[in-house]
Amino acid sequence: MYSFDWSSIPGALPLLRNGMLLTLEITIVAVVAGILLGTVIAVMRLSPNPFLSSLAALYVSGFRSIPLVMVLLWFYLLVPQVINQVFGHPALDIRLLSAFVAFSLFEASYYAEIIRAGIQSVSKGQVSAGLALGMTGSQTMRLIILPQAFRRMIPLLLTQAIILFQDTSLVYVIGLAEFFGNAYNVGNRDGTLVELLLFAGAVYFVFCFAASMLVRRLQKKIAA
Amino acid sequence: MITITNVSKWYGDFNVLKQCSTEVSKGEVVVVCGPSGSGKSTLIKCVNGLEPFQEGEILIDGISVGDRRTNLPKLRSRVGMVFQHFELFPHLTVVQNLTLAQCQVLKRGAKEATEKGLRLLDMVGLQTQAKKFPAQLSGGQQQRVAIARALAMDPIAMLFDEPTSALDPEMIKEVLDVMVKLAQEGMTMIVVTHEMGFARTVADRVIFMDQGQIVEDRPKEEFFKNPGTDRAQQFLSKILSH
Repeated sequence: MYSFDWSSIPGALPLLRNGMLLTLEITIVAVVAGILLGTVIAVMRLSPNPFLSSLAALYVSGFRSIPLVMVLLWFYLLVPQVINQVFGHPALDIRLLSAFVAFSLFEASYYAEIIRAGIQSVSKGQVSAGLALGMTGSQTMRLIILPQAFRRMIPLLLTQAIILFQDTSLVYVIGLAEFFGNAYNVGNRDGTLVELLLFAGAVYFVFCFAASMLVRRLQKKIAA
Repeated sequence: MITITNVSKWYGDFNVLKQCSTEVSKGEVVVVCGPSGSGKSTLIKCVNGLEPFQEGEILIDGISVGDRRTNLPKLRSRVGMVFQHFELFPHLTVVQNLTLAQCQVLKRGAKEATEKGLRLLDMVGLQTQAKKFPAQLSGGQQQRVAIARALAMDPIAMLFDEPTSALDPEMIKEVLDVMVKLAQEGMTMIVVTHEMGFARTVADRVIFMDQGQIVEDRPKEEFFKNPGTDRAQQFLSKILSH
């Protein structure tokens, strides 16, 4: 029978805490940038201009057809090259930057679809009302449609953020010291991989379960 | 003030408006009626450019609605519109509904816009509801707020698109009372409605539409006493008999 050895966890806690902070940092950056970019793409997608809408559609289906881990690796390999080309000297540690960029671009494609559905759920009469008052199309979108759309979308946006939080573990492929990578490395070093992964899994579960509960409460509040 | 000349509109192959022409002078109240699907709502939505039209011309105060060079937002800010389903902004309070376009479009200051909004709420009898959200009001109250919201822009004319059709019967009167008051104060109004009582009280003219055409366009006394066409007669007997 396997006997568990939890002894390496207490000593690893500061390292794991730092890893969690980095995980949260990537999550927050990608959620904020993803929602901002996703909003732009969603509005483009709904634009009557066929060039803008097909460009947005291409973006969305493009990123949705590629595994996230590949996007991550591509950016890791590509962004340093570009920086090197443009600025003429080897970049410093750009792993974090490439993680930010890759996650933001990738998440934007998912957020764009959520936001598009949210915009379409607001009745056309609201657009007419805004225009009839003399507001421009963009004022109507910004001040009337988007505020209502986002209110309805909050549960979906948060659910997507929970998925993103879990997906950040993929950055271990580019060697960033986020929570999962640190847990894995400590386990490897001390020969307690099973324990560390169980512990890491429990932490992910607690975070995500709590967040899901919050989403459910929000959903009820919005429906009321 | 509003001149509609030979306006035609198609949805694909379907000819919704056929060569519609009429004129509304300053201070005039014109009621537009007719069976559903006759194009009456479409016609007034063409007046402020919410619906595009393919042929003809609409002039408001000399400015062409269909002209590409016309600044439509500016033109629309001078023409108030009231919708069948109110279309208040549900994420804003009543008073914010009244001030948003004043601040954004007319660039009024918050204080001035709020004062104006509260004065208009007082006029429609809802000064105590300013801080509530639209969903907390009854349908009749919401429609009165919607009228106040349109008036806050100091419009030169008001368009009403079936303003009482979505209301419970006991709330229709409170909305009509506000509209009668407006008419008596000299507002230029085009009103799509089946409320013939309203037409009898304040309309100067009645337009009857059927299948995208303006079939009758006559002073109200003449229209009610002796409708010129069978179709108008049938329509009147149907809606007046119940």
